[in-house]
Amino acid sequence: MNINEIFDVVVAGGGNAALCAAITAARAGRKVVVLEGAPQFYRGGNTRHTRNLRCAHDGTASNMAGPYDPAEFLDDLYRVTGGETDKALAQLTIARSHELIPWMNKQGVFFQPPLGGTLSLGKTNAFFLGGGRGMLNALYRQAESLGVVCVYDAMVTALNVENGFFVSATIKFDGAEKEVRGRTFVAACGGFEANIEWLREYWGDAADNFIIRGTPYNRGAVLRMLLDKGVMPVGDPTQCHAIALDARAPKFDGGIATRLDSVVFGIMVNRDGQRFYDEGEEIWPKRYAIWGRLIAQQPDQIGYSILDSKSIHMFMPSIYPAIVAGTIGELASKLELDPVAVEKTVADFNAAVQPGTFDHTVLDDCRTEGLAIPKSHWARKIDTPPYYAYPLRPGITFTYLGVRVNEESRMILADGKLAANMFAAGEIMAGNVLGKGYLAGIGMTIGAVFGRLAGEGAAKHARN
Amino acid sequence: MRGIDPTRSAALTEADRLMTICNACRYCEGLCAVFPAMEKHRTFGEGDLNYLANLCHQCGACYSDCQYSPPHEFNVNVPSALSKVRNDSYEQYAWPRAFAGAFARNGLFITLLASGSVAAFIAGFVALRDPAVLFGHHAGDFYKLMPHNAMVAIFGTVFIYAILALTMSLRAFWRDINGAGSGAAVAEATHDAGHLTYLGGGGGGCTSENEKPSAQRRIFHHLTFYGFMFCFASTSVATVYHYALGWHAPYPLTSLPVLLGIIGGVGLLAGPAGLFLLAQKRDPVLVDRPRLGMDVAFLTMLFLTALTGFALMLLRDSSAMGLLLAIHLGVVLGLFLSLPYGKFVHGMYRYLALVKFNKEG
Repeated sequence: MNINEIFDVVVAGGGNAALCAAITAARAGRKVVVLEGAPQFYRGGNTRHTRNLRCAHDGTASNMAGPYDPAEFLDDLYRVTGGETDKALAQLTIARSHELIPWMNKQGVFFQPPLGGTLSLGKTNAFFLGGGRGMLNALYRQAESLGVVCVYDAMVTALNVENGFFVSATIKFDGAEKEVRGRTFVAACGGFEANIEWLREYWGDAADNFIIRGTPYNRGAVLRMLLDKGVMPVGDPTQCHAIALDARAPKFDGGIATRLDSVVFGIMVNRDGQRFYDEGEEIWPKRYAIWGRLIAQQPDQIGYSILDSKSIHMFMPSIYPAIVAGTIGELASKLELDPVAVEKTVADFNAAVQPGTFDHTVLDDCRTEGLAIPKSHWARKIDTPPYYAYPLRPGITFTYLGVRVNEESRMILADGKLAANMFAAGEIMAGNVLGKGYLAGIGMTIGAVFGRLAGEGAAKHARN
Repeated sequence: MRGIDPTRSAALTEADRLMTICNACRYCEGLCAVFPAMEKHRTFGEGDLNYLANLCHQCGACYSDCQYSPPHEFNVNVPSALSKVRNDSYEQYAWPRAFAGAFARNGLFITLLASGSVAAFIAGFVALRDPAVLFGHHAGDFYKLMPHNAMVAIFGTVFIYAILALTMSLRAFWRDINGAGSGAAVAEATHDAGHLTYLGGGGGGCTSENEKPSAQRRIFHHLTFYGFMFCFASTSVATVYHYALGWHAPYPLTSLPVLLGIIGGVGLLAGPAGLFLLAQKRDPVLVDRPRLGMDVAFLTMLFLTALTGFALMLLRDSSAMGLLLAIHLGVVLGLFLSLPYGKFVHGMYRYLALVKFNKEG
């Protein structure tokens, strides 16, 4: 490998967006280098924890139920973002999403039908065979067969950018600083969700108690450099996607297996043994995404999902065992909570539960009455021992802050001008399309669509 | 992540730990039968784990696709964990129990069986016949050296014993895994076994040699399996010729038993040789290394069966026939004796696991 030559395209990052850009540019005959900050095993950033992408299709796509109409896709996007999306880029994303399955197939990526536990996404989402790492492995094999130079442990430490013109990136490689020069630059290296110090700027000490679902390498270094070099920001810097996950999960890279969907089946209490939000407010998937934030706002950023034996088998199994006890008081003691407070919370809750017909697949009529914080659906008395609990913490998936791009995936500078030779794809620009909220699989869609656009744009520009 | 059960083996404890992680992730559910079968459980008993372990075809796809494989702290390596449980299960269900140890040092066990059988045939021929007969020319007539009835008596007895021992083992397994079947499930399992559906990584191919999916192992396994079946067919046709039609060996080269034997023999040379060479290239983290001898022993026996069979066929008109016959019969007898106590059993357990899987849909 010779990283001293001048590349046509320098790609920072090594996930879905980066590889889509690299493969597209290499297919156009360009000399491409991929600078992945992580070691080889951890390559791919958040992509390694994904499992599907969302795409519009006419119903003929194999392995998918359908069709998923572009208009319906756009409606879904508007609904979750509350309109915080660049309409032109949203439409572009959706229009080009239907090319993704055949394109990915051509790169050696396999898809599978959605099976058990895949949350009824069979119509809207195409599932990678073996998940995101399987898909990444295929993309890397393809990139390497096309002559793309992939460098691991190559964290970008500085960018040489003058007035929106990229000259070179400095990487720390083999313990030494190395300058990688290129005619164009594609930033596809994610957000800053693993950068606790940066999160502290907005969340204060609470950030110390956040669990990061992806690798520790998603530090947002390039994002910060680009913003400092005068690229126009997009997305709310304070916002991140947070779900509730088991507090016993590793600090980084626990991925999907540590999430818990037990909340709606019982009650949630905080460190003081008090309920703090309506556990029955929403049906999946929205409820999945609200509890991370709710717990983040509680003292010590911890919550406890308390259930009885009627409900313990009603949600996806967890990798950590539930904490179990014969009485609520004993359960509280095991959780190191005040037993008196928790017993009172459960007793008050049980007394407020109204008769109803329980059905967790719909917004049923099981609710409480007379509580300051109601449980508006799926409310059943917690009265059948043994009792169970899971400790939960906020699990941060991704951040929304990014760089503004145009329809070619080219960066826009703070003064509104286009960057001469800099493109962005993936999470680092996802805020253009997904200003807030979340839609399952949309991150992979944005990454692949804008990755390909960036690859096309960079290939074209590098020739001129 | 659950409490440790002191009565369980380390292999079962590890498989339980991994299935608990996999069951919370489920990204691999499209790869093979193991993961959909796993999803029917929330906890894993010993029978459940033995069932899942025998469903696993060791293709390796779930290892290279896993975001939690080492060096990740979850340290998920399903092919390795299940191969240990699987190999333990062969031992556990061995009948009679006294022979369970045959699996632990399988290479040695089978070498002793085979060489003992060969020696017995040579000694038998020498003792019971004039040595001149052993080295004489017999125009391919094996029965000059050993009467047909004697051959049938020896091989028939051993074959019936092998069937009995296997049946007893499989019964214990079937009870333990809470087996259930139906005509349709048997048909589907037969299809899955015949096609090696689950040695395909769900479509990407077997990723055992390196991260790149490949069909090689499946192809060589097909050569081995169908080679074995052709040889079996050859013997069956010859039996019908002998008893039903009164046509006695030696049969001409263009006869059905010889043609079937040739086709099968080619498969049994190429298949085991290919599987052996692939096994040398296999990522050692995927396999149960201490018990790889079992695979090598079985492949060697199949290969030698074909090799000595061909040697016998080509040289049956020469003075070497007597010795070659003794060697070939010895190897085949060794193979038969070792069927219930070697790698051969993998096909039986896996087939039953597939029946249960297809029954439960």
